[in-house]
Amino acid sequence: MSYNVDEKGYYGQFGGAYIPEMLYPNIEELRENYLKISQTEEFKKEFDHLLRHYVGRPTPLYLAKRLSAKYGAKIYLKREDLNHTGAHKVNNTVGQILLAQRLGKKRIIAETGAGQHGVATATVCALMGMECVVYMGAVDIERQQPNVKRMQMLGAKVVAAESGSKTLKDATNEAIRDWINNPTDTYYIIGSVVGPHPYPDMVARFQSVISEEMKWQLMEHEGRDYPDRVIACVGGGSNAAGAFYHYLDDERVELIAAEPAGLGLNSGKTAATTSKGKPGVLHAAKTLLMQTEDGQVVEPYSISAGLDYPGIGPMHAHLFDSGRGSFEYVTDDEALKACFEVSKLEGIIPALETAHAFAALNNLDLKKDEIVVINLSGRGDKDLNTLMKYV
Amino acid sequence: MKRIQRAFENKKDGLLSIFITAGYPNLNDTVEVLKELEANGVDMVELGIPFSDPMADGPVIQEASGVAINNGMTLKLLFEQLKDLRKQVNIPVLLMGYLNPVMQYGYEAFCKSCKEVGIDGVILPDLPLYEYEEEYKDLFESHGLANVFLVTPETSVERIQKLDTLTNGFLYLVSSSSTTGKKDGIDGTTDYFKRVQNMKLNSPTLIGFNVKDAASYKTACTYSQGAIIGTAFIRSLNKNNDLKTAIQEFISSIRQEKIENNA
Repeated sequence: MSYNVDEKGYYGQFGGAYIPEMLYPNIEELRENYLKISQTEEFKKEFDHLLRHYVGRPTPLYLAKRLSAKYGAKIYLKREDLNHTGAHKVNNTVGQILLAQRLGKKRIIAETGAGQHGVATATVCALMGMECVVYMGAVDIERQQPNVKRMQMLGAKVVAAESGSKTLKDATNEAIRDWINNPTDTYYIIGSVVGPHPYPDMVARFQSVISEEMKWQLMEHEGRDYPDRVIACVGGGSNAAGAFYHYLDDERVELIAAEPAGLGLNSGKTAATTSKGKPGVLHAAKTLLMQTEDGQVVEPYSISAGLDYPGIGPMHAHLFDSGRGSFEYVTDDEALKACFEVSKLEGIIPALETAHAFAALNNLDLKKDEIVVINLSGRGDKDLNTLMKYV
Repeated sequence: MKRIQRAFENKKDGLLSIFITAGYPNLNDTVEVLKELEANGVDMVELGIPFSDPMADGPVIQEASGVAINNGMTLKLLFEQLKDLRKQVNIPVLLMGYLNPVMQYGYEAFCKSCKEVGIDGVILPDLPLYEYEEEYKDLFESHGLANVFLVTPETSVERIQKLDTLTNGFLYLVSSSSTTGKKDGIDGTTDYFKRVQNMKLNSPTLIGFNVKDAASYKTACTYSQGAIIGTAFIRSLNKNNDLKTAIQEFISSIRQEKIENNA
């Protein structure tokens, strides 16, 4: 059994392309070309060059000694927070903008929640001299002002999504609407492993550099190229997809996804999709979705804007459904506590999203010589507004 | 299905189809609106199933959808409201909406309920063609449901031909690549309408998206069997609290130019 995407764009029963006819030519163009283009030597060379010299890859795999001592295992941190722009998101935007250029597109659109993907998109658009429009929920614009200003400095136009809950889901709706209205010259850079096929697979491939590096780095540190467990936080799930990618079919490795429980799984204020969701269709993919009996999408809640999404990438829905992945649910309070703990123990302030992955350590029965890799997906500077209340 | 076919047989051109979100403006207006539309000479109605995240719709239909959901509209309730539909309304009625509410209701249960109340067809823009062909075509057809496909200016000739053979209702020509109710009208895309017209398709066609007044209705009728109006109709209900008057005024405003031209 393979846990990766099949030739029709499905992960088990999840995935596919549930798109209206207005988007059919765009998605077809992408589906026909994304592998063809991204697997050419010329593309790979430019992609690798930019990741190395512009983004700052490879990112370190760092043995966190004090954290290891506390939890009684060998805990490595994959330092995606050290990427240019402060998170893993830029791996994907570099890949997609190179693709957009080769498809002859002139204008880039994106959605963003916490603003990390928006900043990463605005960054590569500045780099390539392309027009950039980022859709962001009006609520998120309020709570993530520094990232809004960063995007504007980078030359992007930030458009407030005023519909629905005014968060990531609605920003995604607005970006899709923009694409429907501008089908020929515009390329939509989706920031996570969500949306219609081929996006989940394409984004996972661009992020797979994370586990590709982990393999040789573990070989250097430990003399074997796999850990016992990989832990990553999951909203849509792009950093987890990248960290799991090369271990999907390697059953020696436990794949642990930390989902946001918000105020608690049964509080009605949560974004723990695998716990609260059922199969449904949102943003053109079949996946697990938090919804009412009538099929209306339920507004999610999490302290972390980047995890505040009512769905989950189809790859992760399948990892959950098949039992291949282990899913841990972390509340706002647990994430906050972990955020402060990692800051004090390791001198690293993680993003609130990433803090969910650290908090999951408490739920695990760890053994002393076990090798655990936590994907440190982003740095916490952007969360200072939220964190200041607790310092 | 039969009612749709009959509608196109009886009227070779100038068909007027109206889109209205179920449960809008008030929860129990659904059947009343259908009756008034028929009384005013409308040929067909598309009843919108409200959805929380209508990604292909502009602000007016988004809002109508949100209002209907807040009113308490659900697919289950809609079928209850339509229980006596065929005692009161004779024109074809289609359900149009996003896939997720249908999926949660269950495809089989949905088709069965449609048949029970006398729904003639469905328009589910985000149901992929491959999935329809492989899994649901027989189910829909055995319940007498026509499946209507969307065509856009970007749809290839081969694909239009395929959709033509697959539909047993009509093809819905989306006037331009846009979300619903973008204000540009439909004059800019007449080349595309002509192109489709010249393909001599087997299925009838209706033009929708951005048809908003007598002039654009007339343009649509020049290139196809008629037009579908949604956003402009919903907007006209916002302006007027009296449903009956609002519907009468709107429909006569659309038909007016057509009548004058025929005279």
